[in-house]
Amino acid sequence: MSKFNMFWQIFYLKVLRGAGEMYRKEICKIIREDTIKCIGSIGVGHVGGCLSIVEILASLYFKHMNVDPTNPHMEGRDRLIVSKGHAGPAVYATLANKGYFDKSELLTLNHSGTNLPSHCDMNKTVGIDMTTGSLGQGFSCAVGIALASKLSKDGAYIYTIIGDGESQEGQIWEAAMYAAQAKLNHLIAFTDYNKMQIDGNIEDVNSLDPLDKKWESFGWNVVVIDGHSFEEIDNAIACAKACEDKPTMIIANTIKGKGVKYIEDKGFANHSIPMLEDDMATAIEEIRRA
Amino acid sequence: MADIEMRAVLAEELKKMMANDDRVVVIDADLAKASGTWSLRKDFPDRAIDVGIAEQNMVSIAAGMSSYGYKPWVTSFTPFVSRRVCDQITLSVCYAKQNVKIVGTDPGICAEINGGTHMGLEDIGTLRSIADLVIFEPVDTVQLRQAIPVIAGLDKSVYIRLFRKKIADVFDENTYKFDMFKADTIQEGSDVSIFCSGIMVQETMLANEILKKEGIKADIINIHTIKPIDEEAIIKSVSKTGCAITAENHNIHGALFSSVAEVLAKKKPTPCLPIGINDRFGEVGKLPYLKQVFHMTAEDIVAKVKEVMALKNN
Repeated sequence: MSKFNMFWQIFYLKVLRGAGEMYRKEICKIIREDTIKCIGSIGVGHVGGCLSIVEILASLYFKHMNVDPTNPHMEGRDRLIVSKGHAGPAVYATLANKGYFDKSELLTLNHSGTNLPSHCDMNKTVGIDMTTGSLGQGFSCAVGIALASKLSKDGAYIYTIIGDGESQEGQIWEAAMYAAQAKLNHLIAFTDYNKMQIDGNIEDVNSLDPLDKKWESFGWNVVVIDGHSFEEIDNAIACAKACEDKPTMIIANTIKGKGVKYIEDKGFANHSIPMLEDDMATAIEEIRRA
Repeated sequence: MADIEMRAVLAEELKKMMANDDRVVVIDADLAKASGTWSLRKDFPDRAIDVGIAEQNMVSIAAGMSSYGYKPWVTSFTPFVSRRVCDQITLSVCYAKQNVKIVGTDPGICAEINGGTHMGLEDIGTLRSIADLVIFEPVDTVQLRQAIPVIAGLDKSVYIRLFRKKIADVFDENTYKFDMFKADTIQEGSDVSIFCSGIMVQETMLANEILKKEGIKADIINIHTIKPIDEEAIIKSVSKTGCAITAENHNIHGALFSSVAEVLAKKKPTPCLPIGINDRFGEVGKLPYLKQVFHMTAEDIVAKVKEVMALKNN
């Protein structure tokens, strides 16, 4: 890491930390920029669904989760299972900024022999809590992890992020039923509800509505929020922690490709897109200006 | 016939492990009584879990628990913990390098009157192509009792294909020594190699009585661990006999016959013919009927031995 980069990292992490929401906003800008650079290093990737969860990731790793990047396997730590494993680049950008590994590694995404594959891999990337990628499975794994934590009586909170398109997988609902049955109240899930999937808008392909009623009927504590609002994310997590007998689903209304207008404007076509030099320059300029 | 069911041996061994290690958990999907694991709930209500009829969820939950340091065993009928959960075993379990023991009961034609829908005739073939998964099929209670602690001690995932009821013991509990990765030579012979697994070991022993009367000396090898297979035992046997048959309770495509044939093709080309289900689906029936339908009787084994010996002599 260059001295300049180290200065900025320390500045953001130490100096701005006390500035609360302002600090998190700046962190999000860095994570967005690093996500773009990460994907740009290979020229193509899952841009849309990475940018839509940046506020959630920043809130978890920089405010809510009990984790220690210098001791990534700490017992009893909080965990995050990103069941929509294709959001790997956003998670890597978050982990790197948290200090799990050097930011220079972000530029190795999907390069031969990399530790940063498209989809999250706990055996390759320091800080990743579960290998995911085949949709629906990570959510069940999160239920298993929450069950294990409960058996261990370690008090950890188990966070997970699922995609809205992913919610069409039957396994999501198998896991949903059992998490409620087992009263896994330390399981806090987010749905990245950006309303889009690869083949189109969710409502045109296979609608999830009414998504909140579905989760409620499965026995979950449900909170619907603006997934880009720190205040609403914080309040939702507080609500989840106050719930003593149910897991919580935070349905986060988000914008796929959030933060870069030309990407947002592509709509569902932004799931996986090229990220070449000019694209990066445009995106980063806008992110920095925000 | 052993005086105890195979599933009862499983439950007894699990109970011992759960008493000694609070990280061992058993997860069922509404077939705990069939699997023999029901009784564990009394002593370990928190660690003998039932997720309901949701096998995909069961396997991924197990993977999650493994990632937390737990040692989960999942059970169901063979097809429902193999072909139904192929992707979960592949990714949540094996690709993620988790340690999950998967017990499939009623393999192949042992599903009897549950019929074709419940007959796992393709489970080994499906799972054998998943990297790093160990595949094991016990023969009797003697072998199973020794195998379970060994399997538990392996820091990797294992698929256990378990006949769950009473079956004749082949091995002597006073002399048998189980080695997970070494095949068992049940009888030495020089005329033909018979590589057999699961319930077809007992059928091979019946066939052997006929063969002995006809003066045919069979080298009988039990392949209990189909992956990774004991290549050395196979090569050593055919080096003596010059021909082989396999006898398995599975489609002949993808399991024991395929595994043995692969070894022979790679290392010692030798005539080899299969006894097993010849690329058909199952049907309802009791075992004696099903063995006849699928040509898996002792008499079928004898005929196949003669057929392959004729190939050798050509």
